[in-house]
Amino acid sequence: MSQGPSSPLTAARLVIARDLLLAFRRPEQLLQPLAFFVMVTTLFPLSVSPELAQLRAIAPGVLWVAALLAALLALDFLFRDDAQDGTLEQYALSGQSLTWLLLGKTAAHWLLTGVPLSLMAPLMGYTLGVPASAGAGIMLTVALGSLALSFIGSIGAALTLGVRRGGVLLSILILPLAVPILIFGSRATQLAIGGEPYTAPMELLGAIVVLSFTLAPLAAAAAVRISLE
Amino acid sequence: MTWTWFHRLGSPPYVYRLAGRLTPWFGWVAAVLLLGALYDGLVIAPPDYQQGDGFRIIYVHVPAASLSLMIYTSMAVAAAVGLIWRIKVAHAAAASCAPIGASFTVVALITGSLWGKPMWGTYWVWDPRLTSELLLLFLYLGYMGLRSSFDDLQRADRASAVLAIVGVVNVPIVKYSVVWWNSLHQGSSLSLTGKDTIATPMLVPLLVSILGFTLFFAAILLMRLRAEVLRRERAASWVREALSS
Repeated sequence: MSQGPSSPLTAARLVIARDLLLAFRRPEQLLQPLAFFVMVTTLFPLSVSPELAQLRAIAPGVLWVAALLAALLALDFLFRDDAQDGTLEQYALSGQSLTWLLLGKTAAHWLLTGVPLSLMAPLMGYTLGVPASAGAGIMLTVALGSLALSFIGSIGAALTLGVRRGGVLLSILILPLAVPILIFGSRATQLAIGGEPYTAPMELLGAIVVLSFTLAPLAAAAAVRISLE
Repeated sequence: MTWTWFHRLGSPPYVYRLAGRLTPWFGWVAAVLLLGALYDGLVIAPPDYQQGDGFRIIYVHVPAASLSLMIYTSMAVAAAVGLIWRIKVAHAAAASCAPIGASFTVVALITGSLWGKPMWGTYWVWDPRLTSELLLLFLYLGYMGLRSSFDDLQRADRASAVLAIVGVVNVPIVKYSVVWWNSLHQGSSLSLTGKDTIATPMLVPLLVSILGFTLFFAAILLMRLRAEVLRRERAASWVREALSS
């Protein structure tokens, strides 16, 4: 067995590079959450009303619920492939800190789902009658919110490894914990659309990111070890 | 200071017998306290100057709501003990907590909405306190769902323990939601440090009722724990001896 890289940070970086490479070899999987996000958003003009004034009023909620559901859908395959082909087992045995390796995996997952979602969100907002000037704010809030969701969701994804029909269970486990993200995220988006300063909810969102970024990988690593037993 | 009492709590037959001995004590004291508190609260205590007799639902609502949080915390502590020291009885205790806590959460939500109809004019509002209490119910349901989705008992114990510990973040959110957000739900009338904002004749039955419901929870928990230990240890010889005698 070869000697692994010494620093946990290097190991996490290598995991990110590997996951990005794997994902770009199969880009259709990347597009699925994005397509889901667009489709859910499209349902609202069809079901509520195509009137822009009405759509603009519900736009923050629509964007956030759609982004949350799309990110949840993507979380289902955060660890699944690596658990099935034994990669996670190798990670656990590698002697590197599993926490750092999972932090890398989750960060890569965010780069592959959260970032595209946050780039798409202003565009979908525009179709809902949101002024283009709010685009940067929407992008920023969705990016931060999806980062927190990726980390919190990694716990759920690790817990439901090896569970039959784990996808539905994953949503039930994670949604109650994701509610604060939804509250502050949609509030920030609402303020951004209204052209008001949205730093206060953004700071709370940032606090959630810091909290989940530091604690969630520990819980996820514990959960992965349990699933490997 | 010896830790034998703690180690003995890890032994299923000991816990089974201890729980059996303690159950009637908790149960009967709870029954006496609850009957007294309900009589005092529903009959003797004066009606509220604003809410009339409607306020009397607090003698069920407040204990149920505070127990819903306390049971979740107990469950998480039991789960952490089971995870850290690998004590199977602690996992059994956590598993026994969940359905009781979920029931108390449902009771708190139902009594709250029954009170809300005459007072607020609606059974339900999307208020921080109500919403976070509903989320607490979902956490309980998620915990039970995760537990039941594993065939292997050990994995079910350990995975659900991680979830219970993570879910503790919701407990302070429910507790302080009335303070942090501008909530329709009234603030707490009880205070450990400051002055209570409730008249003494109304306060006494409330405190007795909280104590009574807590002991009631303890009795139910011990009964469930006994059943859970029996179910887990059904292959052990002490179970056959205990049940045949």
